[in-house]
Amino acid sequence: MAKIPVTFTLNGSERAAFAEEGLNLLEFLRRAVGDLSPKYGCGQGTCGACTVIIDGETHLSCLTMADAVQGRKVETASGLANGKVHPLQEAFMEHFAAQCGYCTPGMLMSAKVLLDRNPSPTRAEVIEAISGNLCRCTGYAPIIDAILATANTRRLA
Amino acid sequence: MAMHRGRGFASINYPIGMNLGGDPSQALVHSNPDGKFTVALSSIDLGQGMKSVTRQIAAETLGIPVADVYVDTADSDTGPHCMGSFASRGTHRVGNAVIQAAQEARAVMLEAASEELEVDASDLVTDGRGNIHVKGAPSRSITTMAACQAAQFKQGRTVSGRGIFLIPLSEVDPDTGEMTPVSCFAHATMLVEVEVDDETGEVTVLDMQSAYELGRALNPKLVEQQLIGGAWMGMSHVLWETSEPYYPDRSHGPVDFNTYLMPGPGDLAPHHISVLERPAPDGPFGGKGPGEMCANPVLPAVANAVYDAVGVRIDELPITPEKVLRGIRANGGARPKMRLTRTR
Repeated sequence: MAKIPVTFTLNGSERAAFAEEGLNLLEFLRRAVGDLSPKYGCGQGTCGACTVIIDGETHLSCLTMADAVQGRKVETASGLANGKVHPLQEAFMEHFAAQCGYCTPGMLMSAKVLLDRNPSPTRAEVIEAISGNLCRCTGYAPIIDAILATANTRRLA
Repeated sequence: MAMHRGRGFASINYPIGMNLGGDPSQALVHSNPDGKFTVALSSIDLGQGMKSVTRQIAAETLGIPVADVYVDTADSDTGPHCMGSFASRGTHRVGNAVIQAAQEARAVMLEAASEELEVDASDLVTDGRGNIHVKGAPSRSITTMAACQAAQFKQGRTVSGRGIFLIPLSEVDPDTGEMTPVSCFAHATMLVEVEVDDETGEVTVLDMQSAYELGRALNPKLVEQQLIGGAWMGMSHVLWETSEPYYPDRSHGPVDFNTYLMPGPGDLAPHHISVLERPAPDGPFGGKGPGEMCANPVLPAVANAVYDAVGVRIDELPITPEKVLRGIRANGGARPKMRLTRTR
């Protein structure tokens, strides 16, 4: 099978790796690049666990071809902490917004894009932003609270 | 056509653990060359907080900081035996095993310290911050790290402990039918308010009020988190989720997350929780464990609230719009039990 060289930016660093033809971005990131933060949940775009950010927009990496990120900027949960944990990660810990943790990387990606675009979201806007991410443990309330708290903290800072 | 409001109430007694051939869990505790402690368990943390709670219990019993304890649940092949993380048994069974193991390890640690300080071990106390000192004389002290290192490198002792907690099999008395399958019960009561649309059959949970009695809440935030998440799952089970909607007929069964229905972040109901702490006599530091019971009371409470709202008694879950509408039709219309109906 043909291998396609893919050069892209992952969390601010230039990366290059070979993708087998037809490989999706999720498997490419996990197996070829070695970033295990996007999770394989359903593999068909219904659970949101594999959510990554491409050029500032959330994408389901299981439904994205690996070579589609050629020359583009990809962000994953593993790039959030930069020296210290990201305010969203801090708030997720503070509000106990993770139990098993499987949905958390995708939730963080959806939340980051929301706050990057809309620093003062309403509760309804937070709900809308994470409505593509399934969580089985927390009942969503702690996640919503954590995202709203991050926005509040940033406003005060 | 109208929206009918109803209230439903449910109370549960929830048994902690189970009694199929006895219910044991084991724990092993040992110190490492850096003076920190490892707790080896086969009790898996699947997000409920097993590692956090056993870590707290070990630290409290050993008399050392929580940061100095590492809980290893990595491998149930090589770890000490545990029946498993189910039946809401983790905190109670495993916690008690950890206390026993940590007490044994603590006794060796204090013996090692007593040899270094040349005092009797029974005169020693821990300060919970990493020091062991003579009772009433804090200056005559040794760090737990130095004591554990002395044990290992000078004295040739293993600072370690074994723990097991067993609820033995309770046989049924053949004459009376009497048995004691459970040593410890947790309790919960829930009141929910729902709105039922008698045109579409849809049920919306508007509000949940709950009270949980679960012994001492060893980690109150974890308890609260589990109660919030568990109630969501209860709401999901009572109104949404099923893999076989027309069981035993398999048709219309969901095949993926698009058709397997669950409430999303926009379908939450406010949940007001009261935690009542009545320490369990046989629980670790009085703890029982919220476990599965956090989902349970929601189901009967919602079923009762639907009956209250439209007079339809549904005894098969989930309570789908179809079942509600069929019930209303069979009754010749909605029969609200309370005067909470509003007309659209």
